[in-house]
Amino acid sequence: MGAQCKGGRLLALLEALDVVAGYGETEILHGVSLTVGDGEIVTIIGPNGCGKSTLLKAIVGLVRVRTGRVTFRGSAIAGWPPERIVRGGLCYVPQTSNVFASLSIRENLEMGAFVRRDDYRGRIDEMFRLFPDLGLRPGQKAGSLSGGQRQMLAIARALMLDPSLVLLDEPSAGLSPAMVGMVFERIREVNQSGVAVVLVEQNAREALSMSNRGYVLVAGENRLEDAGEDLLNNPEVASLYLGG
Amino acid sequence: MNQSALNPGLRDIVRRIALGWTPAHTTIAIVVIAAAIGFLPFVKMGLVVNGVFLGAIIALGAVGLTLIYGILNFANVAHGDYMTMGAYATLFVVGSLLPRLGIESSGLGPFSFGYSLLIALPIGVAAIVILAIALEVAVYRRLRNRGVNAVVLAMASLGVAIALRGLVQMIWGGATYQYPRESRQVFQLPMDVRVPPDAIFIMVVTVVLVAGVYLVLNRTRMGKAMRATADNPDLALVSGIDTRRVVWWTWAMGAALAATAGILLAVFQAQLQPIMGWRFLIPLFAAVILGGIGNPYGALVAAFLIGVTSEVSTQWINPSYKPAVAFAMMIGMLLVRPRGIFGGGRN
Repeated sequence: MGAQCKGGRLLALLEALDVVAGYGETEILHGVSLTVGDGEIVTIIGPNGCGKSTLLKAIVGLVRVRTGRVTFRGSAIAGWPPERIVRGGLCYVPQTSNVFASLSIRENLEMGAFVRRDDYRGRIDEMFRLFPDLGLRPGQKAGSLSGGQRQMLAIARALMLDPSLVLLDEPSAGLSPAMVGMVFERIREVNQSGVAVVLVEQNAREALSMSNRGYVLVAGENRLEDAGEDLLNNPEVASLYLGG
Repeated sequence: MNQSALNPGLRDIVRRIALGWTPAHTTIAIVVIAAAIGFLPFVKMGLVVNGVFLGAIIALGAVGLTLIYGILNFANVAHGDYMTMGAYATLFVVGSLLPRLGIESSGLGPFSFGYSLLIALPIGVAAIVILAIALEVAVYRRLRNRGVNAVVLAMASLGVAIALRGLVQMIWGGATYQYPRESRQVFQLPMDVRVPPDAIFIMVVTVVLVAGVYLVLNRTRMGKAMRATADNPDLALVSGIDTRRVVWWTWAMGAALAATAGILLAVFQAQLQPIMGWRFLIPLFAAVILGGIGNPYGALVAAFLIGVTSEVSTQWINPSYKPAVAFAMMIGMLLVRPRGIFGGGRN
């Protein structure tokens, strides 16, 4: 059940193999595999409760991996604490409460750079160039930002470490259609700057159309994996997840 | 929306009050302020001033307690006994250790204590910081790693409180002690206000430490990480924040403030008893709840409110009921507005 990845196995940046994970007694992932190559955008779609978010949490160390392997840049990271995984350049943006509401925009970015020992002020300025909305009032509390701005801040926070891979859990959830387009536009820009992206998305059409590859998870197992375009054209995917 | 826990600055406090403000609040505020002003001619100013000094000591304890509550998410019942331990550790330094080194003094300038207490104070505080971190490693971290809830942690801290008090009684016995002191003339002010010089020292120390807490929380990397962890512990973890060190720093700050409060209390009361910190626990928790759990600025304001109210109450009721006044304020606040005057971080 290995990944048929078009980028080739040798280039895999992240490789999850037969990951089994869950909460307490409940097992959510019954052996899921995922491969991400350098600089790719990979989208994971699937019905609610299929384990998309759990997979991201397992990769970043928030949920314990019971069996299976997770390899990032050649190191087996399953079982590492999140802090150590993040330090290695694999950053994660949760779906909800993904900013520090009582901290200012600038302080949120500083917290994203917590493990950096060097001068990261230049990186903050870069983030303000990439997300101009954030640079207007860097002292504003994150809790008072609009949904779209919050999402930008959450992504910017994760980019502060200059990661080679970011995992984004439903970055477009709860946003107006105009904002959704904006967020996807920014994600594409982030990707063009050389950062690989894993997207978990409900807006499957937009997400798949800009992805190199996509995965369909059902009930905690891999159902399909293919190039983004091919998944879009797959009649089964179209009828189930793209609204006909 | 996640209401901020450790909120910097007066502007935010004002904004937060304004956000939840309703006409009912306006009515209550007018009634309270009018009652306070109407009361003023009948209140002995000396008691008000005394209440401010007491409030300063409550504030030091309560700010630390609320930080620990906000960041570690449990009520540290042993906080009062950290105060006691601080006072007694300093007693050991100033009464036994320093005299052996030939350092003995009392009556520094207008103060009752000597410069030897100024040397002993940081040593006593450091000892309690070490004690607090040792207890974190030996007790609380183990319990948290087993995934126990906040009630179990609070009960464990009750055990720690009793053990610490027992330790003090084993070493020093139940007798009352004093730091080496000389009686000093109190400053007589108009309206029958008497200010002991030691109280000035207490106020200065409180102002310096509270300003220090503000600077740490808002200007330092670790302080911001503390606020971030109180705000959203999971996000702090995936941001790469070293939460273990955040917890240590939280204990260190809370314990240092508590130890200082205990030492100042011993100076203010001119005596040490094993029960001194435990008795202080009710005003401390009252200030934490009145100010909104996890909100150090709220705890600061509430501490002075409680200090003054309970002092002034002695004009009409027996002074031994002072803790009951603080307790009544706490219960009243929990019934009317459980989030506290300024709103808190959790719950």
